Amino acid sequence: MREIYLDYNATTPIDPRVTEAMAPFLSDRFHNPSSLYQKSKITKKAIEDSREKLATLIGAAPKEIIFTGGGSESDNHAIKGIAFSLMKKGKHLITSSIEHHAVLHTCKFLEKIGFDVTYLPVDRYGIVNPDSVRKTIRDDTILVSIMYANNEIGTMEPIKEISEITREKGVIFHTDAVQAVGKIPINVNDLGVDLLSLSAHKFYGPKGVGALYIRKMLRIESLLHGGMQERGKRAGTENIAGIVGAGKAAEIAMEEMGEEKDKIKPLRDKLENELIKRIPEIIINGHPSNRLYNTLNIAIKYIEGEGMLTFLDFEGISVSSGSACASGSLDPSHVLLAVGVPIEHAHGSLRFSLGKYNNYKDIDKVIEVLPPIVEKLRSISPLWGKR
Amino acid sequence: MLDYSEKVIEEFRNPKNMGEIKDADGIGQVGNPTCGDMMWIYIKVRDGILTDVKFKTFGCVAAIATSSKVTQMVLNKPIDEALKITNKAVAEALDGLPTVKMHCSLLAEEGIKAAIEDYFKKKDKKEG
Repeated sequence: MREIYLDYNATTPIDPRVTEAMAPFLSDRFHNPSSLYQKSKITKKAIEDSREKLATLIGAAPKEIIFTGGGSESDNHAIKGIAFSLMKKGKHLITSSIEHHAVLHTCKFLEKIGFDVTYLPVDRYGIVNPDSVRKTIRDDTILVSIMYANNEIGTMEPIKEISEITREKGVIFHTDAVQAVGKIPINVNDLGVDLLSLSAHKFYGPKGVGALYIRKMLRIESLLHGGMQERGKRAGTENIAGIVGAGKAAEIAMEEMGEEKDKIKPLRDKLENELIKRIPEIIINGHPSNRLYNTLNIAIKYIEGEGMLTFLDFEGISVSSGSACASGSLDPSHVLLAVGVPIEHAHGSLRFSLGKYNNYKDIDKVIEVLPPIVEKLRSISPLWGKR
Repeated sequence: MLDYSEKVIEEFRNPKNMGEIKDADGIGQVGNPTCGDMMWIYIKVRDGILTDVKFKTFGCVAAIATSSKVTQMVLNKPIDEALKITNKAVAEALDGLPTVKMHCSLLAEEGIKAAIEDYFKKKDKKEG
């Protein structure tokens, strides 16, 4: 059975051109870029070429990019790095209630060691009100961290409006852009952010490599101390194959992003419209229009997400769910609860996130098999009969 | 997906005894939709024997599988035997459940007990 993969926000398959670019660095080109012989120049240069490609993708200068071990490390670095370098100035941070756990749990850790964090609420579409950022900034606020696009519901935040406020107030602004980079055009200077996190495996690159954009002249403490790699900002011998892969993926995204959107958005829209037509009592989560073009999050009332996910899995369809059961915890998705989805409906959520290898056949299959799955589970559910 | 046993998957895929009993002698309603699990068990009793058992469940794979399993385990059994069913026995009959899902088997045990309790309550009222 052919897999119908619809979980691109979780991770993406590696583009074969990326694998090809990485291959030499997993065999002959193994030399430590910090060494002094000629062979090391090859690996050193490969890293710098990659840095340039990533910089181009987000409109930054190469010197403003450091490579990391992925999106979570980038988020940790940005938040802890600023907290530790500015703790004498202040100990207040601002973020939103729908951030990825890489941001939320980092903030929780900082609270444990004496920092003060404000978690801003969002509206029913998941949008942070820039005005609430303005009102929450205090004299001791050192960092605002708001994600560019939400991984679960796809809602995009008003980053530019928020950066105008942080600029005016002289507060550093970080954005976790892991779900946005590679999908939509991004320019750090237009956005006005000081720090930006990205991850290669979200745009057809390898796992275990990401980057942090650090605006020129911004002082930030390191997360990993040791050697002088990444200009002293991130110690450890570089993951060269991964970095080369990230660069290649960035280069491809830069060239093909537009056509990917033109291909994926109609697929997502068809899926959304047909499911609304064919399944009664469902809710679309996230913003109706200001949403990543590949993401569809729905709550199907009166049934639970893991059961649907499992039946879809039997059909070879891979999706994810915000239900507690699917996450292995007792609470459903914090994002769905933050946008005000009633808890019993949050348990019945499904996330479809599409990518460049999907086609209409994939979507038609979901449209065909999901309604009977829902009907079956609803026939078992005591809530359906009693609604 | 969680690491479910083949028996759990089979039970989930083709649940037995699913539905309601219109003139049930006892109904057990346990769990709560906000917790993500809710189980209703219907029983029919004749001469102290559970002659029919049905369920309706809102919940995950494990909740549906344990509902189906527990109804089969108590069907045609005397009440005192049905009351001895433990969540551990239900889990074992399914070749085990992932640790995070053990609470689902507890719901199955509680559902059967609640249905029997309801049966006695109604019986007392009738005879009362």
